[in-house]
Amino acid sequence: MHELSVASAVLDTALRHAEDRRVLVVSLRVGHLRQVIPDSLAFYWDIVSRDTPAAGARLDLVVVPARLRCGGCEEEWDMDGTPEFRCPRCAAGEVQVIAGNELEVDSIEVEEESECIGSR
Amino acid sequence: MHRVKVRVVEDALDANNTIASANRADFDREGVTVLNLMSAPGAGKTTLLVKALPGLEGVRPGVLEGDVAGSLDADRLADVHIPVTQLNTDQGFGGECHLDANMVRSALPSLPLADLDLLVIENVGNLVCPAEFRVGEDARVMISSVTEGEDKPLKYPLMFRACELVIINKIDLLEHVDFDLERFLYHLEGVHPGVPHLLVSARTGEGLEAVREYLVGLASRAGAPA
Repeated sequence: MHELSVASAVLDTALRHAEDRRVLVVSLRVGHLRQVIPDSLAFYWDIVSRDTPAAGARLDLVVVPARLRCGGCEEEWDMDGTPEFRCPRCAAGEVQVIAGNELEVDSIEVEEESECIGSR
Repeated sequence: MHRVKVRVVEDALDANNTIASANRADFDREGVTVLNLMSAPGAGKTTLLVKALPGLEGVRPGVLEGDVAGSLDADRLADVHIPVTQLNTDQGFGGECHLDANMVRSALPSLPLADLDLLVIENVGNLVCPAEFRVGEDARVMISSVTEGEDKPLKYPLMFRACELVIINKIDLLEHVDFDLERFLYHLEGVHPGVPHLLVSARTGEGLEAVREYLVGLASRAGAPA
């Protein structure tokens, strides 16, 4: 259900960087730990982007797997399925999230007047 | 017309976090410690505050009450003479299911910050979105009640990981519901290792003293990083 909030935050970020140009593509990196359901995000994206310069823009979403590291024994592993932040090897030590918390607008593609030669 | 790729590499929540930092600076300037209190609807946030806030030793508490609509919760707090400001998300914010930094910012002028040591922001009842949006708080605490079931940490890891304290409420109902406390604590430890918890019944008052101690300690933490 938080996909609506996420879609709004992504839209705000994209529009700010678009600086009034029409947005064609938004590339997004979403960590596994954010619990974002891609279909649900796409559904809300179409709604929140309506009547904005990003209307009809394609949302390219890359899901980043959750990668954890044990601060105790330095074991590294991917977390899938059940959210467990316990080290599978020593079961102790502080577990750090190396990847999987991302909610990042990586890039956008915008439409620009052709006479502008210098691309940004 | 041609296409141009613009590199962004920005957290989608950066804009919110920037406003949250501004809120935080304003709270710090007034010497107010801020607690963001979150839970599912009906877990007992307001009842806990009604019971725990009055007569807090050496601390002047206030509440910013977040709801989609109405002032039922705020009225209950006003009844026990706690300064309370209502923030409804259906007025100008599209009925949002959570508070964000901008909404809290809009409420700042109506908060009696000079008369407060501790501001509790009672978030909209929801275990998902509130975990994503910082509002300028010093601490985030959640309430999970025994009627919600012991699997909740596994279902809402974002929320359970966001909090520095988990208050387990309605323990007076433990004998009446199929809630395996040990199992809950095992899941909680798996999702957020080392997070402290308190066993409380806001209704009977059991365990409330520990909540009050936590709040008094929190209020003296002004200016510490979140």
